Amino acid sequence: MGEITTTPAPVAMPRAEALAALRADVATIPGVQQVTIELGEVVARARADAIVPIATILRDDPRFRFEQMMDLCGVDWPERPERFEVVYNLLSVSRNQRVRVIVSTDEATPVPSIWTVWPVATWWEREAWDLFGIVFSGQPDLRRILTDYGFDGHPLRKDFPLTGFVEVRYDEDRKSVVNEPVRLTQDWRTFDFMSPWEGITTLPGDEKVHLERQLPPPASPPPLPPKG
Amino acid sequence: MSETIVTEPGQEPPGGPAVGKRMIEIDSHSINFGPQHPAAHGVLRLILEMDGEVVERADPHIGLLHRGTEKLMEYRTYIQSVPYFDRLDYVSPMCQEHSYVLAIEKLVGLEVAERGQWIRTLFAEITRVLNHLLNVTTYALDVGAITPSLWGFEEREKLMEFYEAASGARLHANYYRPGGVNRDLPAGLEERIAAWTEPFLKFVDDLETLLSGNRIWKQRTVDIGVMSAEDALAWGFTGPCLRASGVAWDLRRSQPYDKYSEIEFNVPVGRNGDCYDRYLIRLAEMRESVSIIRQCLAKMKPGPVKTLDRKFTPPRRSEMKRSMEALIHHFKLYTEGFHVPAGATYMATESPKGEFGVYLVADGTNRPYRCKIRSTGFAFLQATDVLAKRHMLADTVAIIGSLDVVFGEIDR
Repeated sequence: MGEITTTPAPVAMPRAEALAALRADVATIPGVQQVTIELGEVVARARADAIVPIATILRDDPRFRFEQMMDLCGVDWPERPERFEVVYNLLSVSRNQRVRVIVSTDEATPVPSIWTVWPVATWWEREAWDLFGIVFSGQPDLRRILTDYGFDGHPLRKDFPLTGFVEVRYDEDRKSVVNEPVRLTQDWRTFDFMSPWEGITTLPGDEKVHLERQLPPPASPPPLPPKG
Repeated sequence: MSETIVTEPGQEPPGGPAVGKRMIEIDSHSINFGPQHPAAHGVLRLILEMDGEVVERADPHIGLLHRGTEKLMEYRTYIQSVPYFDRLDYVSPMCQEHSYVLAIEKLVGLEVAERGQWIRTLFAEITRVLNHLLNVTTYALDVGAITPSLWGFEEREKLMEFYEAASGARLHANYYRPGGVNRDLPAGLEERIAAWTEPFLKFVDDLETLLSGNRIWKQRTVDIGVMSAEDALAWGFTGPCLRASGVAWDLRRSQPYDKYSEIEFNVPVGRNGDCYDRYLIRLAEMRESVSIIRQCLAKMKPGPVKTLDRKFTPPRRSEMKRSMEALIHHFKLYTEGFHVPAGATYMATESPKGEFGVYLVADGTNRPYRCKIRSTGFAFLQATDVLAKRHMLADTVAIIGSLDVVFGEIDR
């Protein structure tokens, strides 16, 4: 009871060849479509319906032994046909390695739940359901987790506005909490900084300049004004 | 608790039911623990299904402090998002910033100033002491010991003064930057920190005298909430809670970042995985942190504290007043920020509570496309159901205290 031992022995960091070996090993798992090394991290893209056997192999196979599922999250790419990515970040404590498994899905197709492999997945899956609306099949406890009781919508989707749709306040007259549509006193402004040097092309009343800009340039450049 | 006391008819004396003759039926029922409860360490609402005074099932309801940090970050530039990390786990602010800036540095491929790395390592350890002080002492408060928290908060105040001297704020530091830290330590701070280490070790000894051998403390924590090593791994435990279960795992050691590879320290590992071991680990870690702080102070050399790349670091204000170029850089950095090349990374650091990870997806713009915050306490809190099963209601409080949960990071 209560003895604390200290371990000074360091665990070696995985070197480049260890990463390459892990990449080659992960690529042999059935259901894995593509394995890359991005910024020194092994990233596997896999079929969503094969995630449970893949997770089981990654946890139990002595080549991998990813005992821990560190994180599960969704990423929304609305322009893709399968808009959601589900990202599993795994950690092997015994082999000191990490791997990331990514599967994609859309709003309707469920992803098999991996809570039977790592029980910690339950809450992360609830969170992905809550914030993105990703459905996990086989998850017995797919309730909302972070948003309010009775919340409508999935706030981390890219088409969900930052301000939301509903605001909540306490109404002194009615002596209760009321939900109302959001009223913004000022329009929501968002700037993209993709082309910093071009503002609006036509100012109101300035259309003539814009039209002239469209015309072909003169054959020879006009003579420079005399200096002075 | 609601217990139905049934006595045999005609036997009830005027002062109450006769002892020895009564039959007690205890019905199972559920109670609501929190969300406003001092022992819930924040806004935890715990639905407990009880069998008498024994917990059958614990269902934590979280999200009462949900502020949509991840959504907000998608609308802020990379630098503007740093302060959000202070507000996640508000007990260990700088350690969260650490994961985030390391993730940005990895995506950008940014070189970090040598002294900046030392300062970050130094303050990560100060933060660890800050966090463990709060946890150990309030945990003791939860199970009935008041003195440790009174002593501990005094020590925390000294550490917060170091925070204030370095960053200007006691809690929400906003100090770490991609490429280093915001500004150099003020003159004399290193000596003050060095002077603090000696009396602090004495304080840890005193704290240990108060608690470690204390009979009540041990009755409340030993063999309470035991987590085996396999369970701890399966339930995503990290940090002191994992090490208490006997798994020698520390990211500072196994996947070192910043200057941890140049520092010698021990990783305390427990054996039983109960509440008492989790406390002992934190106590031992505070001593190790002091040793790391001393090594940092000894090895730090003067020099720039952040990268000199003007595309990532704003110029000094005096420079900005004279140089047009500096003015442009300043303006661009604080309006547009910098663009991060498309890519994704998962960067985890050993925060005082465990693995604090940031999964950052960049799409080439000046704002994160997606930033997933892997908070430590989220996994811990989920395991309260397993930990508290068949324990008494009062033990639930000890278990929650030993897990070191802070709702800022769980609810995000």
